[in-house]
Amino acid sequence: MVKYVLQRIVYLIITLFVITSITFFLMKFLPGTPFQNEEKLTVEQKEILNEKYGLNKPLPVQYANYMTSVAKFDLGNSFQFDNQPVTGLLKNRIGPSLELGFQAMLVGTVIGIGLGLLAAMFQNTWIDYGSTFLAVLGKSIPSFVFAALLQYYIGVKLGWLPVAAWDGFSYSIMPTIALAIFPVATAARFMRTELIDVLSSDYITLAKAKGNSRMEVAFKHAIRNALIPLITVLGPMAVSLMTGSMVVEQIFAIPGIGEQFVKSITTNDFPIIMGTTIFFAVLLTVIILIVDILYGIIDPRIRLAGGSKK
Amino acid sequence: MKHSNDPISKDMFEIEPATTLDNEIIAKPQLSFAKDAWLRVRKNKAAIVSAVLLLLVIIMAFVGPSLSHFDPYQQDVTKTNLPPRIPGIEKLGILDGSQKIGGVEQNVYEQNNIKEYYWFGTDSLGRDLFSRVWVGTRVSLYIALLAAVIDMLIGVMYGLVSGFRGGKVDNVMQRVLEVISGIPNLIVVILMLLILKPGIISITIAMVITGWVGMARVVRGQVLKLKNQEYILASRTLGAKNNRLLFRHLLPNLSGVIIINTMFTIPSAIFFEAFLSFIGIGLQAPQASLGTLIEDGYKTFQFLPHLMIIPSIVICIILITTNLIGDGLRDAFDPKMRD
Repeated sequence: MVKYVLQRIVYLIITLFVITSITFFLMKFLPGTPFQNEEKLTVEQKEILNEKYGLNKPLPVQYANYMTSVAKFDLGNSFQFDNQPVTGLLKNRIGPSLELGFQAMLVGTVIGIGLGLLAAMFQNTWIDYGSTFLAVLGKSIPSFVFAALLQYYIGVKLGWLPVAAWDGFSYSIMPTIALAIFPVATAARFMRTELIDVLSSDYITLAKAKGNSRMEVAFKHAIRNALIPLITVLGPMAVSLMTGSMVVEQIFAIPGIGEQFVKSITTNDFPIIMGTTIFFAVLLTVIILIVDILYGIIDPRIRLAGGSKK
Repeated sequence: MKHSNDPISKDMFEIEPATTLDNEIIAKPQLSFAKDAWLRVRKNKAAIVSAVLLLLVIIMAFVGPSLSHFDPYQQDVTKTNLPPRIPGIEKLGILDGSQKIGGVEQNVYEQNNIKEYYWFGTDSLGRDLFSRVWVGTRVSLYIALLAAVIDMLIGVMYGLVSGFRGGKVDNVMQRVLEVISGIPNLIVVILMLLILKPGIISITIAMVITGWVGMARVVRGQVLKLKNQEYILASRTLGAKNNRLLFRHLLPNLSGVIIINTMFTIPSAIFFEAFLSFIGIGLQAPQASLGTLIEDGYKTFQFLPHLMIIPSIVICIILITTNLIGDGLRDAFDPKMRD
């Protein structure tokens, strides 16, 4: 197990190394210099600036400097916001994003598991068809369309919830719903297939034969085993929440990382774009790693398969 | 059920002569793999309805822009922000070109004396939404086709070679794949933005770089499972070369998995493009894609909801139908589901 984890961590580091290197070289090959009013600068001034930012050193040295500063979580300064460090900007904005992501994940998986359970227990009835249909809708409708419709009909027309901004729990309800539809759909579909599989296995028949009620069988015996593989979809869910958070935060005007990111794209604020990219890459790869390790701990078969690879 | 108190007399029975001849006769015609799958898909009503709807959308994407006689890029400031008006249906009191402005029902067509019928209305620059929607649909279809081709060419080939060769080749190829799969698609597109202008080309390149990873994994797994089976050994013993083994024996047995996987990458690829266009790093104005149309419409959603709702409906139809077709195909090809 330790070997498997170490092996995975090595790949994680390689992946992140590749992403940051690509980032660095692409930034280097961009036309132009990072200085404003370049034409007005004298040769001496340019030299001083180059000296200050280490731009007069040979490329390999610059590359090494960049990589070490990234390793120290120093992602450079923003063009737009008066040279504020990118790390600081991200730190200020991570709160709402985390809160939303966590709420959506929680709400989404709980409702999804419930729907999947209903569908599997009442297989081939209207309950099953209804929940499967909901799952297809949730998987298909783009989050930005859903978010905009929610905002218009519940926020503007009905006025039940605040339309936008970030000022307390009631402001987080609609964005959470908009973000949660994908987790609901994924969890429901997955749970249904897994449960149908589990419900037809021998130990369930035995549990039924012992005289347990339907509910007892489902809750005590079936769900536990069906839940284990659900861990594998947490990775893709995290990816979808990340992309979803960008549009949802933009639509509901939430001061999170996603909204900042979209804004930076429109204003060509490259340090923020790159910093956020690296941040997202680290976040996602670490989540996927944790998910895989968790799965390895819970299901020994994966661990064996992983360990035998060299 | 009959009971034993009225026995059947012996003379009603006839002795059937024992022959072994017709044991070998196959009563039903043999089904090919595709036919078998088709019989199964046909039972799935949702998949069939979806296929018909999707076909309609595809046809409209090709003929739609020329049906309305308006150029999708032609701007006309005298005809901006018109609500939809459709001949025939307008007599029913809906889609007659009227809209509420400040709570008062008005017909902009009559006020401005506009004779033309804009079926889906016009946007803020006076461009016909009907033709723009179908031109935008073409982008989604191009992305779908691209995703399928990348999956088939790169993903399948990579998986086949990696799984079939095994050993060191497999090891290296899997490590490369692991690194690539760690890079989210979105991040590749953003990196592309640094060297290319945002647009269809950077989306295409991003998809070429990362779009095939899932397929390669699945195909490799299947090849590893199949390559040790007896029929491969038999063929090898008869002197079949690797190429023959790969393309005549392995590939046909993989076709189910390949088709299912392709059908599921298509909706996520279409969504991906729409998402990028919505946040502003996909297609750029004046190019129309469903994502950019929705983004444009979102700006004036409160006052002119049709500008956002119509492209949203089209993209939802495309995504829902492709997902349902994918589900139908999976149920048809998945041996686990056979009854």
